[in-house]
Amino acid sequence: MERILFGDNQFFAVNHISDEKSRAQSIRFKDDAAIIKTLDYAREAGINTFMCTTHDRISNICDIIRSNPGKYSDFNIFPCMPYAHKYANAVTELGIVGTLKEYVPGNFFGSLFKGGVAYLSKDYLSIMELMIDAEMKMFKGINTPVIFLQNVITDLLLGLRMTDMLVAFHKYIKKKYNAEAGFITMNMPMLLNVLEKAGVENPIICSSINKVGFRMSGGKKIYEETLRTKKFRAIAMQVLAAGAVPPKEALEYVCSLPNIESILFGASSKGNIQETANLIHQFDSN
Amino acid sequence: MVKVGLIGAGKMGLSHLAILGAHPDVDVVGVCDTSKMVTDVLEKYGAFKGFSDYKKMLQETNPDAVIVAVPTKFHAIIVKDLLERGIHVFAEKPFCLNASQGEELVNIAKNRGLINQVGYHNKFIGNFTELKRLVDGGFLGDIYHFVGESYGPVVTKKKADTWRSDPAEGGGCLMDYASHVIDLINYILAPVSKVRGAILKPIYSGGVEDAVYALLELSNKISGVLSVNWSDETYRKMSTSITVIGTKGKIICDAAEIRIYFKEENSSGYSKGWSTKYITDLTEQVDFYLRGEEYSAQLDYFVKAIEGKVPNTINTFESAWTTDKAIDLIKNTK
Repeated sequence: MERILFGDNQFFAVNHISDEKSRAQSIRFKDDAAIIKTLDYAREAGINTFMCTTHDRISNICDIIRSNPGKYSDFNIFPCMPYAHKYANAVTELGIVGTLKEYVPGNFFGSLFKGGVAYLSKDYLSIMELMIDAEMKMFKGINTPVIFLQNVITDLLLGLRMTDMLVAFHKYIKKKYNAEAGFITMNMPMLLNVLEKAGVENPIICSSINKVGFRMSGGKKIYEETLRTKKFRAIAMQVLAAGAVPPKEALEYVCSLPNIESILFGASSKGNIQETANLIHQFDSN
Repeated sequence: MVKVGLIGAGKMGLSHLAILGAHPDVDVVGVCDTSKMVTDVLEKYGAFKGFSDYKKMLQETNPDAVIVAVPTKFHAIIVKDLLERGIHVFAEKPFCLNASQGEELVNIAKNRGLINQVGYHNKFIGNFTELKRLVDGGFLGDIYHFVGESYGPVVTKKKADTWRSDPAEGGGCLMDYASHVIDLINYILAPVSKVRGAILKPIYSGGVEDAVYALLELSNKISGVLSVNWSDETYRKMSTSITVIGTKGKIICDAAEIRIYFKEENSSGYSKGWSTKYITDLTEQVDFYLRGEEYSAQLDYFVKAIEGKVPNTINTFESAWTTDKAIDLIKNTK
């Protein structure tokens, strides 16, 4: 993985500290061209990996990338699935079974509800695989060396103690997509423990890591301790703690920690992207 | 260890289950749901024993406490049964279909000394707690008006009917969405005592309202406007805000930030003029995070109340019943 990964929250009006800013972003990135332009700013700053959720609009971005193979030959996308709001809204409206009917492709599920073989064999992992394939469709022909499970699902499975499902995700991504599985989580130390016990070696884990301990469940200390003592490939996200820490201070802290392979950040303007990349390089070389 | 059972493994139920599953003081002894598929998956891949009949779950597992996350229309009967068996109860919001159902439950819980809580999670968001502190401290002077708002993209086109479109099942924007705002107003300012006018507006739904606009008066004579619309797709997710204005200042508060204006210097910790604080400043760390600190914090509070470590004073049945009463007032305004 590259040292710096470019995120997508700014494109989809995700702002953790201001609804007003989030609306402004929504207006700014109304057109796909604005997203592409910002991705190009990131590429100019030497960032060639875009880590993004499987939002419907990403499929347009993928079309643009596919139609410019020369320009984007070195460009990687790290898909993060699923786009949870799509499913959350559907579950509220249609229930869990209704949602699966709506989103699991093919006749497989039809037969399941007719009391077919699949239902009797209770092959729920196959259902998960079908849903992964559905989410991955939009990335066909694009480099996706790491494929992530979004934190709301990782952490739901973690809390429900469905370790087998996490492991199954890990295995399927490798088998079907010849890619590494990654996990986004708000509970990094707990997740790493569970994955280690299940025999998943050196997993890629993306979690909030910042100077003020924002969204670092259990506290900053245990995160720092885990980074110091455990073997895994860490990605730091929310390094600015949603804006609570000034960029310089924030990045100095993250760059000073051991064992962080990559830093994920998102920004809208050329200046901010360049500044962030420069700061990371500067602190790395210190 | 507190032995907890869960009835209703839908969206909220699964979220509660995951949080409890990760809680060090909790042993989840059983999960009950009408969907065999859901309990199958929880049994096969999770560490939970599934049931289709909650009474059977109670008999076999003997829980200290139960989370009730079934549709609202079943709350009254199930919660009553649990209380009469001496079980502590955490019920999802809204509390009951109407105020008369809730009154009985409030009394049983009180008489039996059982821990009782309802899932109005906004009260566990630091920004709203800070708003309450500033209101209670009198820093706004004489408060004369408020605006309570909530917008989000739940029903954005005409769709097949579900429980959400049936008022008899607790569907509709008033009970499901506006209840959060009304509950915050009850908590931060005072209970709603009069409704001066209300518009319940269907937009896409057939049988129920998708928006609620009302003029409210509180028991302490503060007036205010309620404006709630769950068919507003310009919001990515539910966004709730409370604005309070008094003779000494004004506060605009939502789950992301709190903006405070004081006319003069005071001892609140904020200076004259505008100040802003963010969720990052005001929300406490949790041990397990799923969808927001508040969801973990409210369940942790429930568990700690059972263990006798915190008083059972936030989101009691009684406070949720006050909200049910306000909902009745709005419903019955002609």
